[in-house]
Amino acid sequence: MNLAAATNENLAHTSNVLIYSSMAVYTLAFFAHIAEWVFGSRSKVGRTAAALNAPAAAASPVKVRVARRGGTAVLDRPEVITRSAAGTRDVPDGPGAAGGTFKGDLWGRIAVSLTVLAFAVEAGGVLTRALSVQRAPWGNMYEFSITFSTVAVGAYLVLLALKKNVRWLGLMLVTTVLLDLGIATTTLYTASDQLVPALDSYWLWIHVSTAIICGAVFYLGAVGTLLYLFRDSYENKLANGGTPGTFARSVLERLPAAATLDKFAYRVNAAVFPLWTFTIIAGAIWAGDAWGRYWGWDPKEVWSFITWVAYASYLHARATAGWKGRKAAYLALLAFGCWLFNYYGVNIFVTGKHSYAGV
Amino acid sequence: MSNLNTTDERDLGGAGEQLSTAPREESAATVPAMGVIGWARWFWRQLTSMRVALILLFLLSLGAVPGSLIPQNSVDEMKVQTFKEAHTTVSPLYEKLQFFDVYSSVWFSAIYILLFVSLIGCIVPRTGQFVGQLRARPPAAPKKLTRLPAYATWRTEADPERVHEAALAVLRGRRFRSHVAGDAVAAEKGYLREAGNLLFHVALIVMLVAFASGQLFKSEGGKLVVEGDGFSNTLTQYDDFKSGSLFDTEDLTPFSFTLDDFVGTYERSGPQRGTPRTYEARVTYSEGADGKERKKVIRVNQPLVVDGTKVYLNAHGYAPVLSVKDGKGKEVYRTAVPLLPIDNNVTSTGAVKVMDGYRDRNGRKTQLGFQAFFVPTFAGDGQGTMFSQFPGADYPVLALNGYHGSLGVDSGLPQNVYQLDTSKMTEFKDSNGDKLKKRLRPGETMKLPDGAGSITFEGVEEWASFQISRQPASGWALAGAVAAIAGLAGSLFIQRRRVWVRAVRGADGVTVVEMAGLGRSESAKLPEELGDLALALHTEAPTAPGPEPEPGSGSDQPSEEPAEGAEK
Ligand code: HEM
Repeated sequence: MNLAAATNENLAHTSNVLIYSSMAVYTLAFFAHIAEWVFGSRSKVGRTAAALNAPAAAASPVKVRVARRGGTAVLDRPEVITRSAAGTRDVPDGPGAAGGTFKGDLWGRIAVSLTVLAFAVEAGGVLTRALSVQRAPWGNMYEFSITFSTVAVGAYLVLLALKKNVRWLGLMLVTTVLLDLGIATTTLYTASDQLVPALDSYWLWIHVSTAIICGAVFYLGAVGTLLYLFRDSYENKLANGGTPGTFARSVLERLPAAATLDKFAYRVNAAVFPLWTFTIIAGAIWAGDAWGRYWGWDPKEVWSFITWVAYASYLHARATAGWKGRKAAYLALLAFGCWLFNYYGVNIFVTGKHSYAGV
Repeated sequence: MSNLNTTDERDLGGAGEQLSTAPREESAATVPAMGVIGWARWFWRQLTSMRVALILLFLLSLGAVPGSLIPQNSVDEMKVQTFKEAHTTVSPLYEKLQFFDVYSSVWFSAIYILLFVSLIGCIVPRTGQFVGQLRARPPAAPKKLTRLPAYATWRTEADPERVHEAALAVLRGRRFRSHVAGDAVAAEKGYLREAGNLLFHVALIVMLVAFASGQLFKSEGGKLVVEGDGFSNTLTQYDDFKSGSLFDTEDLTPFSFTLDDFVGTYERSGPQRGTPRTYEARVTYSEGADGKERKKVIRVNQPLVVDGTKVYLNAHGYAPVLSVKDGKGKEVYRTAVPLLPIDNNVTSTGAVKVMDGYRDRNGRKTQLGFQAFFVPTFAGDGQGTMFSQFPGADYPVLALNGYHGSLGVDSGLPQNVYQLDTSKMTEFKDSNGDKLKKRLRPGETMKLPDGAGSITFEGVEEWASFQISRQPASGWALAGAVAAIAGLAGSLFIQRRRVWVRAVRGADGVTVVEMAGLGRSESAKLPEELGDLALALHTEAPTAPGPEPEPGSGSDQPSEEPAEGAEK
């Protein structure tokens, strides 16, 4: 073994250590989030029920003072009054996992800080992996999985940094990241190595990186959609005078309003849909270079197409009266299911031109 | 959404109309009145409705599923054959349902053709509407601005005319299309959303047409070339050839190439030992009938492109060079015989067929056939197996056993060049009466018994197989794809919204300014933007000292029902 190979081996080892370390830190973040939810449950909330049971309050327009850049001191600035659309419930967002309690909020902050740390460590793991193989770290499912969860957490942190209301995603995200990394390190692990010639193309960088970004962001959207469905039935129940269980009252109450979750999911999905379109096209161009046809109904191609059409259906459903809300949400979940199947299912159960990646 | 409910529509007048060109949903229950024309119109309306478009889209993705799970003729006919043999009960049913040719099946085509008819039926009227909207001016302000999703008001001492002028200036400065309509300024922005949406849907049609014509006119064939040999692009030279139904042999691009050298390198150590690292086919090619000769290296992802025809490197293998001497010692055969790899380490098998020129010891004409088994890297003597240990040619060994008689090539039946039909042949036997077989290293010779001559393993060449394909209109497909993304981005990221500014002098002589915004989607950006606009206008028409106006004091009291803003 020559010297270069030895350093590569070392880097690969470092990468593994970093990935395991990030899992440890994610586990801490997971417990911190649990603490956040537990402490938050001691608050007395129930704002949703109040809003829904007082119809007069719902009708009064919400006053919003629009923040202005620079904050120049103009006295008596005009104030913008917003109204929500007819037919939507005027329900305030829940207070978040911390439930407005000091302790819960503290644990939430600790959880986010730990997530940032774990993200940095995991990103380091991906980077050293890339250096050890001297190529993009997306040659097999192990590498794909670690990059995927890194990007998902990264997207979440970016949204947090942009001051978007997304901390409610934290627990679910950290849990699934742990799951993803667990599967990656146990069943999918592949010793680091270079690529077979067919994967050796700059289109790998373009096509696979955008595919990973799309998957990660679609995932955030799917979590939003799923929580929307729960929160929506909770609100429905309240609006119809029902009494949801204590779990629902404690947990769902603290989530953002169904309308907010729905909007979040839509924005996220709509924002990456063009990128997903681009991903498929980039894949087609690459296939044209590698296999002599840009589209050949290979299983992976078919499932990207199915995923694409499923998301297009979702967007159409949103644009069409009568298909908004829950029905569209089911479509969005189905579409994400297609994405997942394309990633795991096709690699494992179906053989095609894409199955050289050593699972 | 443009479909405002009726109460709101009365309140808002035309203000919210045509904020998009999405077709109105009609109830599916409205059954046509009468006659063929009535039915045809009903059918057309249904087909071009969003609901049906949605269903068709859904069916399209559903219909694509079986093709990914069941082997497809268009992808791998061998696999289909194997599947049919393994599943004798379901195969006839699958055959009937065209499940082995999903993407060219009647039902799959029906879905996408309907979808695209629907698409065209949707785009044409929408384009017309959109052009109309571009020509028209933003609609006048609704009576009650308070009902709109975003609203602001203040009192100022500036004249109403002055406020309107300032509003026009501010709005135009931000590229709103604006004009004074009645007692208010009406402005609109974000037309690119609709333009983007139309562009996207048109681009889908372009892509489909390009893809379909590519399929109809395409040609695709394979050719195996041994180092030193060549290929010229005519139908007879192909080993196998497939083409679209409208392809014409005239369409073949004239060119030729010679394979000078094939280079394959493999991982030498580590767990991935033997994994291919590079494949390079070095060729000399010339365009046209006899163009200038040029050199080019074809790699897996880098085809040779000659005037729209692409030559891809597909596979490679070994071709041992063999020479045969007849009973008189005369060399009657010398050829590099390509063998087919059967595993990842390129263990290969094939057949050597000496068809003519050979005469046995007695001078009688006969034919020779050898079964060949080749390993590029032999495990070593005594290591038993005849399976290759490594894909590179480190320690090549060729095992042969021979036959004489008739190869059966004249029987008229097509023959596999890699297999020997031994039904009319006799096996050579060694002195013990056993089957004659021998493992040869390059340079070694196997003597045939009873002075029947000899066969020599002269050396090893490599072969590469190429896929030569032409798919017209790929450029169009790509252009369509790029346009689709651009249109999609416009359609999803641009907001279409309207802003109205009304300034009316109140009874006390002070002007009441009201501003309101309406978008297709209830986005947080709308109130923010209205806030910015209000601030800009406010500097021109500052608040008058005095009591704060009640929202909507210009008109009536705020109503209980909030206005519908489209929501997303
Ligand atoms: C291959 C099929 C199609 C695909 C992939 C597709 C995709 C899309 C996408 C991604 C959007 C953007 C959605 C949004 O603005 O939120 C959209 C909008 C739209 N599509 Fe399609 N579409 C297809 C076929 C059709 C057909 C057949 C129709 C007509 C019946 C249609 C009518 C519309 C309309 C009216 C909109 C705009 C909706 C709005 O104003 O919000 N599309 N389409």
